[in-house]
Formats: sequence, structure tokens, C-alpha cells
Amino acid sequence: MSELKLPSIDYAAVAPILIMLGAALVGVLVEAFVPRRSRHLAQLTLALLAVLAALTMVVLNADDRLITAGTAIAVDGPTLFLQGAILVLAAMALLLIGERALERGGAFVAQAAVTAESADDRRQAEGASGATEVYPLTTFAIGGMLIFVAANDLLTMFIALEVFSLPLYLLCALARRRRLLSQEAALKYFMLGAYASAFFLFGVALIYGFTAGVPGRSSGVDFATINAAVTESPASRVLLFAGMALLAIGLLFKAAAAPFHVWTPDVYQGAPTPVTGFMAACTKVAAFGALLRVFHVAFASANWDFTPVLGVVAVLTMLVGAVLAVTQTDIKRLLAYSSIANAGYLLVGVLAPSKDGLSGTMFYLVAYGFSVLAAFAVVTLVRDGDGEATHLSRWAGLGRRSPFYAALFTFILLAFAGIPLTSGFTSKFAVFGPALAEGRAWLVVAGVLTSMVLAFPYLRVVVMMWLSEPGESTPTVAVPGALTSAALMIGVVATLVLGIAPAPLLDLATGAAEFVR
Amino acid sequence: MGEILTNAPAEPAGAVTYAAADGLLSSVWLLVAIPLVSAAILLLLGRRADRWGHWLGVAAIGVSFVLGLASFFQLRGLENKSVELSLWDFISVGGLRVDFGLLFDPLAAVFVLLITGVGFLIHLYAVEYMAHDAGRRRFFGYFNLFVAAMLLLVLGNNYVMLYVGWEGVGLASYLLISFWYERPSAATAGKKAFLMNRVGDAGLAIAIFIMFATLGTTQYDEVFSGVGGLAGGTVLVLGLLLLLGATGKSGQFPLQAWLPDAMEGPTPVSALIHAATMVTAGVYLIARSNPIFSANTTLQLVVVSVGALTLLIGCIIGAAKDDIKRVLAWSTVSQIGYMFLGVGLGGAAYALAIVHLLAHGFFKANMFLGAGSVMHGMHDQVDIRRFGGLSKYMKVTWITFMMGWLAIIGMFPFSGFFSKEPIIVAAFEREDWTAWLFGGAALVGAGLTAFYMTRLFVLTFHGPKRWTEDIEHPHESPALMTIPLILLAIGSVGAGFLLSTSVPDWLEATAGLGGQEEGHEAVLSHGVITTLSLVVTVLGAGLAWFLFRNGTATAPQPAGVLVTAARRNLYTDAFNETVFEKPGIFLTRALVFLDNRGVDGLVNGLAAAVGGGSGRLRRLQTGFVRSYATSILTGALLVVAAFLAVQAGWLA
Repeated sequence: MSELKLPSIDYAAVAPILIMLGAALVGVLVEAFVPRRSRHLAQLTLALLAVLAALTMVVLNADDRLITAGTAIAVDGPTLFLQGAILVLAAMALLLIGERALERGGAFVAQAAVTAESADDRRQAEGASGATEVYPLTTFAIGGMLIFVAANDLLTMFIALEVFSLPLYLLCALARRRRLLSQEAALKYFMLGAYASAFFLFGVALIYGFTAGVPGRSSGVDFATINAAVTESPASRVLLFAGMALLAIGLLFKAAAAPFHVWTPDVYQGAPTPVTGFMAACTKVAAFGALLRVFHVAFASANWDFTPVLGVVAVLTMLVGAVLAVTQTDIKRLLAYSSIANAGYLLVGVLAPSKDGLSGTMFYLVAYGFSVLAAFAVVTLVRDGDGEATHLSRWAGLGRRSPFYAALFTFILLAFAGIPLTSGFTSKFAVFGPALAEGRAWLVVAGVLTSMVLAFPYLRVVVMMWLSEPGESTPTVAVPGALTSAALMIGVVATLVLGIAPAPLLDLATGAAEFVR
Repeated sequence: MGEILTNAPAEPAGAVTYAAADGLLSSVWLLVAIPLVSAAILLLLGRRADRWGHWLGVAAIGVSFVLGLASFFQLRGLENKSVELSLWDFISVGGLRVDFGLLFDPLAAVFVLLITGVGFLIHLYAVEYMAHDAGRRRFFGYFNLFVAAMLLLVLGNNYVMLYVGWEGVGLASYLLISFWYERPSAATAGKKAFLMNRVGDAGLAIAIFIMFATLGTTQYDEVFSGVGGLAGGTVLVLGLLLLLGATGKSGQFPLQAWLPDAMEGPTPVSALIHAATMVTAGVYLIARSNPIFSANTTLQLVVVSVGALTLLIGCIIGAAKDDIKRVLAWSTVSQIGYMFLGVGLGGAAYALAIVHLLAHGFFKANMFLGAGSVMHGMHDQVDIRRFGGLSKYMKVTWITFMMGWLAIIGMFPFSGFFSKEPIIVAAFEREDWTAWLFGGAALVGAGLTAFYMTRLFVLTFHGPKRWTEDIEHPHESPALMTIPLILLAIGSVGAGFLLSTSVPDWLEATAGLGGQEEGHEAVLSHGVITTLSLVVTVLGAGLAWFLFRNGTATAPQPAGVLVTAARRNLYTDAFNETVFEKPGIFLTRALVFLDNRGVDGLVNGLAAAVGGGSGRLRRLQTGFVRSYATSILTGALLVVAAFLAVQAGWLA
């Protein structure tokens, strides 16, 4: 037995990951040792400080371009940009998660194990302090996402996938109200997520088999080996393409691309709204970060032969998202389908194999994350005696009741609709432009057409809010606490600024758009 | 046909350069900013601004008009009359760069004056017209927003800025059509306008992306300088997409159906947005893009055909309608058809189309506001069969409307004569037999216009009273409404002559516009055409007078094939329903079906068939994890199969 040789690790470069995972562990200890009353504050502070510290490390590492921990982690431009994006968006999501002014005890259930709809459950819904385990869970998920976008081999990527997915499954089950819906969402997400992970793992196995037998190289699943094997391997290319397809399926599931999107509306609807916002913003960034790395680094020398297939997936995703959004009657489901359609637009960016395509996609992820978190922040505000009022008919006349929040939501919806002077316009521009320059005209045409369709459901909500009389059942808009207000304003201001002067962030993304290989 | 459908450039495109703005002209951005700030104040302050909000709205447009006028005179003294003001870098991704910049040139200047000038008068009128509406402040907020967006549209120095304004006016128009949301017809009309405009917007958006892909820029000067180097086919596609955008916004064939329905909005909206300004954005787009359209003769032929066809459609349907605003709306469709005809003819006719656009802005706004004044006095009645004899009761409205009527039918010496007749002459100046086709269409259109506008005028103001019982004594509108009417009527009388003698020279400094081209010899002499057009006008008007001088039945009468078809908008709505609406609904249903239960239903359907129990079928419902898993599995199998097909070389 040969001596086990430990790989050298650049601890500064992986510090953001270590900080988040360390903070999560400390969070578990806080659960055990800090008195119940002060846990909420302690956990929230800990999580926010950890995010801040990790973000600081990302900024300090800004010029790193290296591969460390053997070949497991790549710290390069896209990694750092996406890690920064995840951390900023996660901080906003944490603000929403930490909000306790809207509802006694916060948006989360106190004890998830109590039988749903029982008398005990109703009692605890009335004001028992929400579970503070959500903070370590969220922190673990953030840590997993940070690894996911930095993973430089498929096994690390798989482990990261599980590290951020498992806490998300749990978080989905923790809504304070509508417990059955929430539990159902969590179970569906878990079962389908496990199913998708199996596809991913099977793909890894096939790719590993494909890399065997390249002269002068050992087989492996790190991206450099795969990249070399694509051109040199004597193995059957069936292995390569089948493996690539299965990997793509696992990642497209997380990205909510059709036909792997089916879980999205149910889960978005059932999960506690702050968690939905977290998933819509951060999981999207992580999933597309991984897609970009897999296709731009590992399979770059496969000549983008797979573009037609993924292009069809992209068109289908846009079409399903846009058309089905028209028929929705629940605001959370509407936003879910909108997020599906946006996955389609992001895929257009992924399929533009150029530096501009890469930077455009990264810009889109950030811009969309800000808008979608702000949108879900507004959703948490519109409530009645039973919690959030998410049915669209209840939103009629909201503009009369609370012009300010209705105006903010209108602005966000206009951004989703891609109306100019919002980030929704500039970000679509940033992905469609490069795609067209790379000759993907059909994708751009599909994108433009579906976004025209998609504008309709958004404007329907706008018209309902402003041009209808408030009815008996129109809920009130709760006055948000400082945390939700902060998250909402950050989202709205970012949407506006990125719509009017996107150049600084675009420059940053362009500067970061180079993978290490 | 062969020599008509060539892709040969009609005239070589020269290089285009713009000068930088300085002095007063460096503040043209204020033109857009002032109404925008005013709109923000009105919409954000809420009820606190209810008492004075409308005056702020009026003042904002007034200030913009004064500023526009000052800038206009400043521009007159300059050598290079195309002044560019770059504010900041809007979007820059790698090689793509979009400037957030404005361009003030002769073409933009005349539009600015039209929008702010006519806009100011209509704002003034709306203060009184909307006086009893609880939402007046909100109305002025949207109205100012519209003006800001429209000014941005005409002032942008690249296609993306134009698109920004384009979306903005669409949004404001949508909000204003649905303003009276409690009427279901208003909500439906808003939706229709929105959807049909989106079709056009998609064309414009794709055209802009094509510019990026082929020329690497959307700045006007760079696009116009580079368009000469493009392949004929590319220019054709580019132009057709721009034309699609233009037809959507301007209510031209095949996207004309939304404009008459948009009349559900308040009358000042119809006057400003759906008559004088927004609907002419399509004409602006084509005039602005004239180096693209001039670079391809097929393209010009398509534009001319769209214009000629629409002007006839508008006339025919307009003659069969009984709603005063809808008749005016179809006449707008038809008059914009004349403008498209003009811009499509190219060369010197571009300037003629712009002259007609400006003159039309005056007389059509005049007539719309006159119609609003009539409705104001007649308890919001819109049916011209229930008017009659109003000349005695509403003297000012009657006289001013008469000026508009004489102007639109092109009677000498009113403004329509000076703006429309040259377009008819230009249509006869084409080289081949198409001169007869398009010239003939324009001439027939003039006769029909005279017929249906006279019918409208006579039925409203003359003949016996056919009022509903609840009206005893219609009253003239207050001064705040009649003063704008009088000013616009003066414009309807004099504007045409002034504009037709000054604007073509003024526009000459705009890239490619103006009379730089010697016209071909017309197939008929100028004098003959002028005489002919006056004769058909008098004939049309005389026929209408003869038929309707004694009023008309107050209920619909049985009619022949043509009239029935015209009443049903020549079946274009039925066509749209079959071609767009039904497939759209079907697609949605199919996707809902597949997304929720398709695959599971298939599996369960098989099981049920085997088990033979209807009870099992009833259990089919949505949201089962197993059906989601099946759908994912199906998708996965398809994706893997597709990847393997790629590997085998069947795709890619």
C-alpha cells in the first residue's frame, strides 16, 4: 500500500467555503447551547456575519486564478464572480428569512414534526417562535453552492450538489402555515431531486469510463482529464455523449429547465416564501454556474455538437414557462413559471460559446436574482388573517390600498417583462446579443417571441392591482420590518441601477469571464 | 414583375455624420426629463396631488414645448443640423456598445414640436374633459408618462433608445385605453392593443438584434453608413421586420384591428395617442430608417403596397361605421396609409409623408376633440345616427369641426389639400404600370374619404334631430375645451400650406430625407391629377350630402355584401381569430394538459383500459410525484436519445 499523499490546499482561496461551512457548524452548536430566547438574534447575526466575511474573502481573492485541493477546486474569474453573486443574494434572502415583524414568530414553523392541521399545529401556528434551525440549514446550503460553482471535478460537484440540496429539501417543509402544502412540496422536491441526482451520478460513471485508456493519462473525472479525453480517448463516443446527456439532465433539473421543471411550481408554492426567494435566486446561480463550467471547460472540445439538443430544451423551457404563466392564478406559481422561462433565457446565454456569452449569462443571473428576491419580498407582505394571500384575485385593487408597495411590485414586474430602463431589458440584451453573434439566431427569435408572450401575465397583474376596485377580500399590505424593507429596497434599487447603468457590473463580469483549465 | 422585385439598391447610401451638441442644445435631455419627473410626482404623491396635479401636468408639457421651440430656432442657425448628445454608455458587452444618447435633427425637431405643441392643447382640453373623473390626477400622470416616452422615441440616437421609447408609449397607451377599467370592452380593447402591438414589437426587437449581428452597432449614423455593405437579402429581412414593427404601432395592415377598438379610452387619449402622435411612430421609424428602406426596391414596394391597401381598407370600413370615434379611428388608419404610401415611394416623397403627418396631427386632433365636445353635450352618446342638427346648438364645435372636415377631405385651400395631393401626384410618378395601381388607389381613397367624412359631418351637425329622449338642449362645451379646438382649427386651415412650403427644405438636412432626387415624369400631368383629385373629392362629398342630408334610420338596415363585410371590419377580426387566437388557445391548452397530466394520463389511461374501471379514470388528477417522475424520465430518454443522435451525426 503506497503512502497516502495529502494534496496541498490554498486555504485563502477556499476561505469563503470554509467560512460558510464553519459558521454552519457553529450554528448547530448555538442551537445546543444558547438559550431559546436569544437564539434567533444570535443565529441571524452569525449567518449574516459569515456571509459578510466570506464576501470579504471573495473580494480579497479577486485576482486568484488557480486550481487547488488537488484538482478538486478551481478558483477563477467565474467562480469568484458567481460566489460573490451567491453571497450577496443569500444575504438578501437571509434578511427575508430573519423577518419576524410580519408575523409572530416569523415565517417558519416551531416544530415541524407536529402532525399537520392538528390542534397542536394550529396552536403553534398562532405565535410559537419559529425554528431557528433554518439558519444553520441555510448556511450549509450557501456553503454547498459556493463549492458547486468552484468544483473542478464531477465528484466534488456531486457532493456539493447534495450539500446544498439536502438543507433545501428540509427548508421547504418548514412553512408556518399551510403545513400540508409545505410538507408535500418538500417531499416532492426531495424525491425528484434524488431521482435527478441519480441521473447525474450515472452520467459521472459513464464519463469516467470514457476517460479510461487515454495514452499517458490516468482516468478521472476532473475537467482537464475529460477535456483531453474528448479529443484523444479511444473509447466509444457513445459513452461520452450518453454521459454528457445524463449530467446535463441532473443540472437542468436544478436549473428548472423543461421538461425537468415539473417540480418547480409545486415547490415554489409550498415552500416558505423567503426560502422560495432563496431558491429562485441562489439555486439558479449555482445551477447555471455549474452548467457553464461543465460545458465551457469539460466539454469545450466537443465542438458544441450538443447545441441543437440543448437549444431545443431552451426553446421548450421558454415556451412552457411563458405560455403556462398566462394561465396561473396564484402569484407564487406565476413567479415559478416565470423563473422557468428565465431558465430558458439563461440557457440561450450558456449556448453562446464566447466570452461575451459567459459574461452576459453571469450578468443575467445577478440581475434576475435581485429582481426575484424583491418580488418574493413583496409576496411576503400581502397578507390576511391566514398568512400570505397568494391567490391573484386577492391582489385586485392593491394599488388603491397600498400604492407604494404596489408601485414597487409593478416596477419589478415590468423588469421581468423586459421593459427598457430595468435590469430585465439589459440582461436579456446581454444574453441575446452574444447568442446572435455566435449564430444562434433561432434561439434569439424564440427568446424575443416568448418574452413578448410572457409580458402579458405580468401586465395582467399590474392592471389588476391598479385598475380594479379593492374588494371585500382584498388583503392589507403589512408594514414590513427593517429586514424585509432592506431586502426589498436593495432588490428594487439594483433592478433600476442595472437597468440604467449596467456598464460597471457588465465590465466586472467581462473581466471575470475566463475559466482556468 | 421581374424587374420590380429586384434587390438592387434604389440609391447609394452615403456616409452619415452627426455633430456634438453644445449651448442650449446640450439640454435637449430636459425635453424628456420634465414630463417624466412630472409623471413621477403625479403618480407617487397619490391623493395629496389631486387638487393641483392636472395643472402640473399641463405646465410640464407647456415648458417642454417652449424648450422645444427654443431648441428648434437654435438648430436653424447651425451648419450641420444633426446634433448628437451622448449621455452615458448604456450597455456594453464586449464588442456591443449602446449609447444612452439623444439626436436632435430636423426630423426629430418637427416631431418634438408636434408632440409638445398638440400635446399641450390636448392636455389643456383634458383638464375640463376629465373634470368629473375621480382619477384625473392619475390620468395626467399616465399622459405625461406617454409624452416623455414619445419624446424619447423620436429623440434617441440609436435603435435601442427608439425601442425604449417604443415600449414606453405602448405601456402608457395600454394603461390609458384600459383607464375606464369598469367597462369590460375597455379592458378587452386594452388587451387587444397590447397583444397586437407585441407582435410588432417582436419584429422591431429582432430587427435590432439583426443589426447587431450584421453591423455590430445600433447607432443611427453607423447603421446608415454601413447598410450599403450588406447583402440584399439581409437588408430585405431587416426592413421587413422594421416594417412589421411599424405596422403594429401605426395600425396598418395586417395589424390594424386594435386601433379602432382603442377608442374605448377617454377622448383626449384618442386624440393625442391614437390620432396625432403615437400611431405615427411607425411612419417616424420608416422615415428615420430611410437609408435602409432606400437600399432595396422590393422593400419600398412592400411599404407602398401596405400603405395603399390600408388606406383603402380604412376608407371602406370607415364608410360603414356609425360610432363617431370609430369612424375617425378608421380614417386615422386610412390617413396613415397615405403616409406609408409616401415613405414607401422614397426620395422626395419622404418629406411629403412627414408634411402630411404633421398636418394630420392638427386636423385629426381637432376632430377628435370636436367629437369629445359633441359627446360631452350629448350624454356620452357616440352613435352618429342619434345626432343631427347640432350646428344650431354647438356653434364653435360645428365651425371647428368643419375646418377639420374640409382639411381631411383635401379641399382647396385647407391643409389636407397641400399635404395629401402631392402624395397622390408622387404615387403617379412611379416608373412602370404600378404608377397606375398606386396612384389609382390614392385617388379612389380621396374620393372615399370625402364620402365617409361628409357622411359623418352631415349626420352629426345637419339634417333632422334624431336624439335619444333624455336630451333636451345640448350645450356647447366650456371655454377650456373650445379654445384648444379653435387653435387646432386654425392649424387645420393654415398648417398645410405653411408646412408644405417649408418642411421639405427643412428636412433636407436629415440623412437621406428631402428633395434630392429628381422625380420621374408622372404618367399624368400634375394639373390633370390635381383636377382629378378635386373632382373625386367633390363627387364623394356631394354624394354623401345627397344621401344623408335628410338624416338616416336610427337602427341598422339590411345591406349588401360589401356593406356587411365593411361593418364586420372586412372580416379581418375573424381572420385574426382563426389564425392567431385559436392556435394560441390550443397551444396553451395542450401545454397545460401535457404539463399536468399528459404523461401520467397516458400511463393511467392504459392501466384503466386494462382494468376496465371508470373509477380509476376519475382518480386522474394533477400533482402526483409519479407523474412528475414519469415526465422527467420521458424527457431524460429523449435528451439522451438526442445526444446519441448527435454522436451518430444525425443532428448537428
